[in-house]
Amino acid sequence: MTREEIIREENLVYKKPELLNDVPMHYCPGCSHGVVHKLISEVIAEMGMQEKSIGISPVGCAVFAYKYIDIDWEEAAHGRAPALATAVKRLLPDRLVFTYQGDGDLACIGTGETIHALNRGENITIIFINNAIYGMTGGQMAPTTLLGMKTVTCPYGRDPKLHGYPLKITEIAATLEGTCYVTRQSVQNVGAILKAKRAIRKAFEYSMQGKGSNLVEIVSTCNTNWKMTPEKANQWMEENMFPFYQLGDLKDNGNK
Amino acid sequence: MAKMKGATVVDIERCKGCRLCVVACPLDVLALTTKNVNQKGYNYAEAVKEDTCTGCCSCAIVCPDGCITVYRKKEE
Ligand SMILES: Cc1ncc(C[n+]2csc(CCOP(=O)(O)OP(=O)(O)O)c2C)c(N)n1
Ligand code: SF4
Ligand code: SF4
Ligand code: SF4
Ligand SMILES: [Mg+2]
Repeated sequence: MTREEIIREENLVYKKPELLNDVPMHYCPGCSHGVVHKLISEVIAEMGMQEKSIGISPVGCAVFAYKYIDIDWEEAAHGRAPALATAVKRLLPDRLVFTYQGDGDLACIGTGETIHALNRGENITIIFINNAIYGMTGGQMAPTTLLGMKTVTCPYGRDPKLHGYPLKITEIAATLEGTCYVTRQSVQNVGAILKAKRAIRKAFEYSMQGKGSNLVEIVSTCNTNWKMTPEKANQWMEENMFPFYQLGDLKDNGNK
Repeated sequence: MAKMKGATVVDIERCKGCRLCVVACPLDVLALTTKNVNQKGYNYAEAVKEDTCTGCCSCAIVCPDGCITVYRKKEE
């Protein structure tokens, strides 16, 4: 069989998601943000919600998410995405409303907004990209930075005596009455990516069924600021992040 | 079971040479170019052993930039 015989429309099995715009994404080569953008694009299209979805983009590397996924967006001030999502969802309850936030945005400056939106049980989904660092600003320590992990603001490694302990927002979220579905996923290989996609789908569906707030943490890499190749960053994440940020569902009240 | 034959098309100008597709391919079909670069200066992914490609889509699923299109056809 020749290449020409295989490359025909009827044999197509995978292509860039239709909702992912053609404009090149500014993310560093191999960054997890791109994979998650693809999943969100696929899920929204599969749910037929392209005309009814409103994303809230953060401050952080994903600030331009609104340029990449072809739905409606609002751009929030740093950390305020869950507050904005609350307003949007209350005004337009038939819309699929989600925030897309990094760990600096969500677990540091926006901790208050995040916890209160989740606790109020707003019918939204929070997609939480935890790469344990402030990516956009050059790799400073975040509340999620692992003990011993080196960043530009803790060059000798995070020391609990000086910097406190890494914050597990997802574990906190699971204890809140307002949350319906709380899960921690990753996107470093095909199996993980398919699971993460199912989790995003479930969260979006629960939010549309009015079952409360949903948090999907994606344990991610920032190969640039971790100063590793994308491949090595995935390995480092598996070895160092997963023992602390354990993967899986922490809460699923969707069928209760 | 009928064998599947696959083929990939890489959007060369979109590719950032991250190598994650190369790592994900179970059959070592893909490699980064060593001599050629795209307009941004990245070595890009290309099929070097396309005969063995089964069209499993692993490379395309992991590509953060959605650069890879995959086709698959049953061998007659
Ligand atoms: C009010 C305010 N404070 C601080 C900043 C600087 N700033 C920009 S992005 C960022 C943190 C980004 O980290 P994260 O949310 O983890 O996103 P990532 O880039 O890692 O995806 C900070 C502190 C800002 N833009 N606005
Ligand atoms: S700085 Fe880190 S999080 Fe930001 S685009 Fe680059 S790899 Fe991704
Ligand atoms: S489709 Fe599968 S076999 Fe073919 S290049 Fe991609 S990963 Fe390799
Ligand atoms: S995964 Fe995508 S961006 Fe990375 S080298 Fe392969 S085709 Fe290029
Ligand atoms: Mg971050």
